[in-house]
Amino acid sequence: MPDTGYLFAAAGVAAAVTWALRALPFAALNALRSSAVVRDLSARMPAGVMVILLCYCLRDLPVTHPARLVAPLVALAVTVGVHLWRRSALLSIVGGTVVYVVLVNAVHLG
Amino acid sequence: MGTVAAAAVDAPAIPGPIPAPELIPALIPPPATAPSPRRADIAAALRDSASVGLGLVPLGLAFGVVVTHAGLPWWCAVLFTSTVYAGSLEFLLVPLAVAAVPLATVALTAFLVNVRHVFYSLSFPLHRVNGRLAKAYSTFAMTDEAYALSTADNARDWHGRRIVWLQVLLQLYWVLGATVGALLSTLIPSSLNGLDFAMTALFTVLALDALRDRQKDLPTPVLAVLSALIARWLFPEQFLLAAFVLFTAGLTARRLLAGTASRGSADA
Repeated sequence: MPDTGYLFAAAGVAAAVTWALRALPFAALNALRSSAVVRDLSARMPAGVMVILLCYCLRDLPVTHPARLVAPLVALAVTVGVHLWRRSALLSIVGGTVVYVVLVNAVHLG
Repeated sequence: MGTVAAAAVDAPAIPGPIPAPELIPALIPPPATAPSPRRADIAAALRDSASVGLGLVPLGLAFGVVVTHAGLPWWCAVLFTSTVYAGSLEFLLVPLAVAAVPLATVALTAFLVNVRHVFYSLSFPLHRVNGRLAKAYSTFAMTDEAYALSTADNARDWHGRRIVWLQVLLQLYWVLGATVGALLSTLIPSSLNGLDFAMTALFTVLALDALRDRQKDLPTPVLAVLSALIARWLFPEQFLLAAFVLFTAGLTARRLLAGTASRGSADA
């Protein structure tokens, strides 16, 4: 196990880089805020960003092993289905995750 | 900045030196019929955070379990969630810390995983947040979830305090979930896999909600999926960075083309 000093240093480095990436662009952005292109981008980006992050989570789907696709695809379908049905984020997340954990561990489809 | 969350986490556990609730009205002028603005802000933020925010609790639990099952001490779950506070990077940081990789590698990984936040400044409503400390915390806590919630259609009239309280609550859910997960992880068999699917499920929910706000805007999700596929195919090592650059470039190109093609027509 790494020593305590290293763990704090690693967390500190990761935190500093992350905060800089989140905070510094705002300083550069004030000049652009009146631009119509930037306003259009800012309206369209949130939906696209979340779609890309979802694709990122699914990037390692084992497409060449159909049997191993069952657990993630069923869990994904459950998440989407429950969310369209009840619109409760908590229920959708817990439901999808429980289905995935059960399929992967108990049924050994993963 | 972790102190904000740490203080909030500690608050319920300190019974002694804090003035008893019945003493507070003596110090503050009694409220008129309306509740105090701060209380109203917190109440609104609690409602705003109730759906997606509470989804962070199972995800935090999963993260806490991942931390201790990897062999790190339980307090690493508290340390990472309160200081780094970027979910996907924290999951990645666990194997890096176990391997004790050089700090330069940690910095590079943090940069590549989180450089996407540069794009969030285009739409995150930081201009509504007043005060240096609040602005500093608001940028520190500008996670994917905070970004998704405060750029949604129904958040258009939220003022800065309501957004910052929402961010405080989101971090509180995340830190508490991870802490409990790490402390209880001995009860969970280490062979139990798949808890990290909570992150996939969270982004599924956020994407569905964001798409519902833009039902007539089919090109945006199509462009996003295309960007992701091209990034996965051509730049698998820099997936997120490549996908965000392609997506932003595609949106800009589309906007400029639409501007020249139908000058003057309203473009939603």
